[in-house]
Amino acid sequence: MSTATTHDETSYVPPAEVGEMELYHAKTWLGKYVFSQDAKVIAIQYAFTAIAIGMVALVLSLLMRLQLGFPNAFSFITPTAYYQYVTMHGMIMVVYLLTALFLGGFGNYLIPVMVGARDMVFPFLNMLSFWIYFLAVVVLVASFFVPGGPSGAGWTLYPPQAILEGTPGTEWGIILMLISLFMFIVGFTMGGLNYVITVLQARTRGMTLMRLPLTVWGIFIATILALLAFPALLVSCIMMLLDILLGTSFFMPALVSMGEQLEYGGGSPILFQHLFWFFGHPEVYIVALPAFGIVSDLLSVHARKAIFGYRMMVWAIVAIGGLSFIVWAHHMYVSGMNPYFGFFFATTTLIIAVPTALKVYNWVLTLWRGNIHLTVPMYFAIGFIFTFVNGGLTGLFLGNVTVDLPLSDTMFVVAHFHMVMAVSPVLVVFGAIYHWYPKITGRMLHDGMGMFHFWFTFIGSYAIYYPMHYLGFLGVPRRYFSLGNTDFIPASAASLNQAISIAAIIVGITQLVFIYNLVWSLFNGKKASDNPWNATTLEWQTATTPPGHGNFGKELPKVFRWAYDYSVPGADKDFIPQNEPPRS
Amino acid sequence: MVFAIALVLLVVGSVLFHLLSPWYLTPLASNWGNIDDTIDLTFWVTGIVFIAVNLFMAWCVIRYKKSDGNTADYEPENQKLEFWLTIFTSLGVAAMLAPGLLVWSDFVTVPEEATEIEAIGQQWHWSFRLPGVDNKLGTIDSSYITEANPFGMNPDDPNGQDDFLIASNELHVPVGTPVKMLLRSNDVLHNFTVTEFRVKMDLVPGMVTYLWYTPTKVGEYDILCEEYCGVGHFAMRGRVTVDEDADYQVWLDDQLTYAEILAQPVGDPVAGASAYVVCAACHGAQGEGNPQLNSPKISGQDGWYMKRQLEYFKSGARGTHEGDIFGKQMIAMAATLIDDAAINNVVAYIDSLPDVRSAATVSGDVGRGQKVYETCAACHGSQGQGRWALNAPRLSGMTDWYLVTQLKNFRKGIRGANRKDMYGHQMTMLAATLADDQTIDDLAAYINTLP
Repeated sequence: MSTATTHDETSYVPPAEVGEMELYHAKTWLGKYVFSQDAKVIAIQYAFTAIAIGMVALVLSLLMRLQLGFPNAFSFITPTAYYQYVTMHGMIMVVYLLTALFLGGFGNYLIPVMVGARDMVFPFLNMLSFWIYFLAVVVLVASFFVPGGPSGAGWTLYPPQAILEGTPGTEWGIILMLISLFMFIVGFTMGGLNYVITVLQARTRGMTLMRLPLTVWGIFIATILALLAFPALLVSCIMMLLDILLGTSFFMPALVSMGEQLEYGGGSPILFQHLFWFFGHPEVYIVALPAFGIVSDLLSVHARKAIFGYRMMVWAIVAIGGLSFIVWAHHMYVSGMNPYFGFFFATTTLIIAVPTALKVYNWVLTLWRGNIHLTVPMYFAIGFIFTFVNGGLTGLFLGNVTVDLPLSDTMFVVAHFHMVMAVSPVLVVFGAIYHWYPKITGRMLHDGMGMFHFWFTFIGSYAIYYPMHYLGFLGVPRRYFSLGNTDFIPASAASLNQAISIAAIIVGITQLVFIYNLVWSLFNGKKASDNPWNATTLEWQTATTPPGHGNFGKELPKVFRWAYDYSVPGADKDFIPQNEPPRS
Repeated sequence: MVFAIALVLLVVGSVLFHLLSPWYLTPLASNWGNIDDTIDLTFWVTGIVFIAVNLFMAWCVIRYKKSDGNTADYEPENQKLEFWLTIFTSLGVAAMLAPGLLVWSDFVTVPEEATEIEAIGQQWHWSFRLPGVDNKLGTIDSSYITEANPFGMNPDDPNGQDDFLIASNELHVPVGTPVKMLLRSNDVLHNFTVTEFRVKMDLVPGMVTYLWYTPTKVGEYDILCEEYCGVGHFAMRGRVTVDEDADYQVWLDDQLTYAEILAQPVGDPVAGASAYVVCAACHGAQGEGNPQLNSPKISGQDGWYMKRQLEYFKSGARGTHEGDIFGKQMIAMAATLIDDAAINNVVAYIDSLPDVRSAATVSGDVGRGQKVYETCAACHGSQGQGRWALNAPRLSGMTDWYLVTQLKNFRKGIRGANRKDMYGHQMTMLAATLADDQTIDDLAAYINTLP
């Protein structure tokens, strides 16, 4: 049986270039569990905080759906409150949940253990990163309790409206929002530099870049994007704070607010939009690329088949990452910027569809001629492909500048970005949690609850967002507290809105089952073996489950092959771990 | 198997929903049919990919499901297949992009014969400006904006003198003529959207943006603001009426130019005093109101607001609903004011009357009312003082039972439902947020506490 030929196998592993450093060992309980410098503990802290604040944002979205489905039935949902829900929901979900969870959560847990490192390269900075993030969340939550409440400027915070009377939360809310974002970016930068340097410098012997699991590639490139994109948001936050507090006019032209001349002049609201989307578009891929990477690994492991076209998958991630910096103004086709920009940005935007489509083909081709184990993570992974295909294709409507004209600022946009950026990555998050929970806790999640969670979340979310596109075709605008009377929106649109709201409530409640499963399984779940899915990557080859401080035993693993040796012809198992030496 | 069937059903269901559901593009009323064509084209290309990828995936889930004899292939790469998929995808993308860019070049190239019309957005209403016979719009600047000059017209620019100033949410355009809309905002971002015309563009303070269209169907169409502009965003509505040329001329002849507005004599309170005799019968000699006759206090109310309401009563925009018993009486009374000058005079006279605070008659929970008032404050001001720039009249120190009646009327559609009363329409949407009669009483009780 020694004739097995595999894709990328070497028997030579180069010697370590630097010796091992002594790990930091916590001496107190506080140092071990609270101000921990172990990436795995930090990962759990990140994930716990992100999911907790995400639940708040989920409740806010349900409140919005109550108003849209049953207008004015709940008197506490005033227009002011509604716009505050819109703003906080959007900002929390995009930045404080998804970015923090994918990079701070999955990044921290998976990068060291998947590249064969004992920890992140800067453990202290890593700890600091989490606590600054935590404070950022506290400041954001505090805005619910200040006079005037949180900002209701919409998550894009467009000036001049964001800082002028007539928008909710201009007393304190917007200031706290900007300060919180500032802190988030500072905290993230500390973590982000860590992830990038760990991937570049701390890979174990034999782990070449082209042997990295796609999960690491996705998180790695996403982190680079974030390090380059967040500064644009940082400067916009600082400039807007100056406009509010010192009366500068970076984004403020001469204007008349509520009938009174204000002392602003010469600034440009469009400049803010360019800065915001220079961050905002890469942000989409900061969330999407880790999801792409993770789902590739889930599909490969559970289909028992090498990911189709690994090299193309890597280059597609890199290409998408690069292109994501030159498409930002497709959010601004009707912003009043020079319309000739439309030609350029429509072209770049549609070009980005090519590498993205190739990724989709390769996922599906990984299933093709595979040996598909329909485990709970696999359900979520395949569910992701379905919703991502849908959400990706509607991006071709909005990215094409002409088609965007009637659809921009309508519910079509809301439906599109939720399908592609909310439902799809979140399905991957769930799949990933079902997949790695046994490694993190040593116990399996309950399958029955997992399946229940999958079906209601998958079908439910599709029922929310697929019909919503058609409200957009009708011309139903987004960010409307109520529709009132129009000549063109038929009464049946209200019934559709009602159905969407009911679906949203069902999906919302379903998440409680997931949370319950997380807690229940921690104590009652089936004990997990070291490698319950028979996976090849290094996190499943740790000395103990869950991995201890330092991840691996006395010696770091040596890597002899790529991450996808599944069902190698002639091999005696249907997987060969990355650290298993060649036979001959 | 169940999963694969679910995937197939979702694909079939999505296609059927598209074909059979009643919700799709609102019928077109402009020249932009080629935008709809690009949407159709995009649907074909993306629809085929959606069906093909998902059905293939469903088939894989059935065919390659884990079973005893099944082992996965080991095929890390298939460069030929990947090459062809790249080519095929690029072609599909090009097929959508190329026509899209061609239509976009139409959009950015405004026909030379297009008529220019300016739309001005401010929180939370529209107004419009048309060039006069010189076909040139005068210069404007936000520093000129005052209650008397809400358009910010430059008084020294001769080009502006013949501009038609339309201080209303309603615009008329002639059918079949290309229109270039120049878009301008006085305060924050807004967006000019007419769904039936397909095109839209943001209004940005500090600059002028544009879009163009040729209306092709006579009718009335909603103008929506589609860029979030603060708490009243959803209530910022307008209407564009597409007229035959003759009807358009009739409408245009009715509009006043800047010069005509400047030349209007200011209201003469002395002349107004004689006309006021009719009003005094119910509203009282001092305009103090009379609850027995269901007449509210009018002294101290904003002049621009009373003018508009008198015009509404005259034109039938208000008081024609059969539920509005007292409004009906006002129709006859307003008819005694024969022209704009008469209205100006009587309003000037009312303005000269002493402003004595009405006695409180409504009781309610002031604390609850204060919470509810937060929504109202956005337009009417934190002290209920009223704000001309937002078309929001004074509330504080006025008649509380009248306020209660009007809020109930707005809520029931007795007031504000008339298509011509577009400012009233805003109030119907906001009154709808008031849960019940008690809430309205609470609100009125709070407003009674305002100075």
